[in-house]
Amino acid sequence: MGDYAYAAPSTVDSTVELLSNTAQSGGRAQVLAGGTDVLVQMRSVDREPRLLVDVKQLAETNKLSIGDEEIYIGAAIASAVLNENAELKGKLPGLIESADLIGSTQIQGRCTIGGNLCNSSPAGDTIPALIANSAVCHIVGADGERNVPVEDFLTGVGTNCMAPHEFLLGLRIPTPKGRTGDAYLRFIPRTEMDIAVAGAGVRLTLDENGTCTEARVGIGAVAPTALVVPDAAAALIGSNVDEAALNAAADACSAAASPITDKRGTVEYRTKVVGVLCKRAGAIARDRAVVA
Amino acid sequence: MAKVHVSTTVNGQPQEVLVEPNDSLLDTLRDGLGLTGTKEGCATGDCGACSVTLDGRLVCSCLVLGVEADGKEVGTIEGVADGDGLHVLQQKFLEHAALQCGVCTPGFIVAAKALLEKNPDPDETTIRYWLAGNLCRCTGYDKIVRAVQDAASELATPA
Ligand SMILES: Cc1cc2nc3c(=O)[nH]c(=O)nc-3n(C[C@H](O)[C@H](O)[C@H](O)COP(=O)(O)OP(=O)(O)OC[C@H]3O[C@@H](n4cnc5c(N)ncnc54)[C@H](O)[C@@H]3O)c2cc1C
Ligand code: FES
Ligand code: FES
Repeated sequence: MGDYAYAAPSTVDSTVELLSNTAQSGGRAQVLAGGTDVLVQMRSVDREPRLLVDVKQLAETNKLSIGDEEIYIGAAIASAVLNENAELKGKLPGLIESADLIGSTQIQGRCTIGGNLCNSSPAGDTIPALIANSAVCHIVGADGERNVPVEDFLTGVGTNCMAPHEFLLGLRIPTPKGRTGDAYLRFIPRTEMDIAVAGAGVRLTLDENGTCTEARVGIGAVAPTALVVPDAAAALIGSNVDEAALNAAADACSAAASPITDKRGTVEYRTKVVGVLCKRAGAIARDRAVVA
Repeated sequence: MAKVHVSTTVNGQPQEVLVEPNDSLLDTLRDGLGLTGTKEGCATGDCGACSVTLDGRLVCSCLVLGVEADGKEVGTIEGVADGDGLHVLQQKFLEHAALQCGVCTPGFIVAAKALLEKNPDPDETTIRYWLAGNLCRCTGYDKIVRAVQDAASELATPA
């Protein structure tokens, strides 16, 4: 057990090298983005010294691009910066709202979607919205780059598929086309600054008759990881996203949930509420799609 | 532990300071630079007593590393007044008795100042949401919100 150290490499290669060398020499490195999880954890649950590798200086992790096919959100961009980007907010209002739910104004100034995902908490607010938006993780490491869908990236409570020599560069999201809308809702006992009891994200596309042609539903805080719920999407596709279809999607979310009971909510409560949130988020996504 | 040399700018003044790699910016300001106006309430990002600006953006200094301030501009409560002349927000906090023990006050003022710079005419809901990450155990918030509203209107219509 050595001392704490800090490095802020300026290239992707030197970042990977630093992570790889530390892992090979038996040392411990941890990637630092906004630090709003890392610094809290470093002072409480996990005080063991480590090399903190700041990835905020890299051009790649700060890249934000909105293309015809793909929206790219660099892993180190603070939530507040994303929220100030009107074009991005217009394209992905649900995802940006999920990022805006994280903490306070002060936390927003630092926290990132990448950090929220890599922290891999079951209750991370952006994760169901990322899943609903078919987001893919753009990862780099000693073996080169790879792309992993968010639902496959998550492996358990606080764990993901990245090796110690790898880190997240950014997230790739298919650009919404035609009449497409997304939404994310969570339930917390307060209006601000709390951890989700349950959350649901929905993205859907309507044709000119208002029939849903594509849908994706992600849920959070009701299983060890956020989940994609194909049955809920199936209930929406082919419908007009009416009450009956939304109820069926809600039931599918409740059926997919396997929550725990803790001080924030019981199994029964979370199971029910995740369905209600899916129904409401589905209606918002539908209304956004109509005017898109 | 190997200390790291940090060159930063605090309230417009260049500063050189040695920090431990795991020191927070809050530690660096208070213990390294003797700027004790910024307070520690929780050290976990929940209370906002440690609010400062980093390159103009409002953050909790307890959740930023001192080393991360290298090459950056930090704004603290010590930079809010103009010499002996209080900032309008400070004056309004006094007039409205928007503080009792005062531990939360530097954080509220730094946060409210950042709000008014971004949005000179915020409504009450906007003020309350913006300041939701600043906790006060004494005042019950109402007087704080009134002080911020009053400061905003005074800034909008200079006497
Ligand atoms: C007061 C407070 C309130 C909060 N409220 C919420 C909330 O309402 N909802 C919510 O979901 N979360 C909340 N959080 C948790 C936290 O703010 C979020 O998870 C945030 O998105 C983390 O982002 P970050 O950039 O600060 O991550 P960091 O703390 O920098 O990193 C988080 C984890 O991800 C890893 N990591 C970060 N970036 C990368 C990368 N590019 N590649 C590989 N690994 C990486 C780090 O090593 C670490 O394990 C809150 C935290 C605080 C302190
Ligand atoms: S001391 Fe930083 S938020 Fe409480
Ligand atoms: S005045 Fe005492 S905590 Fe706010």
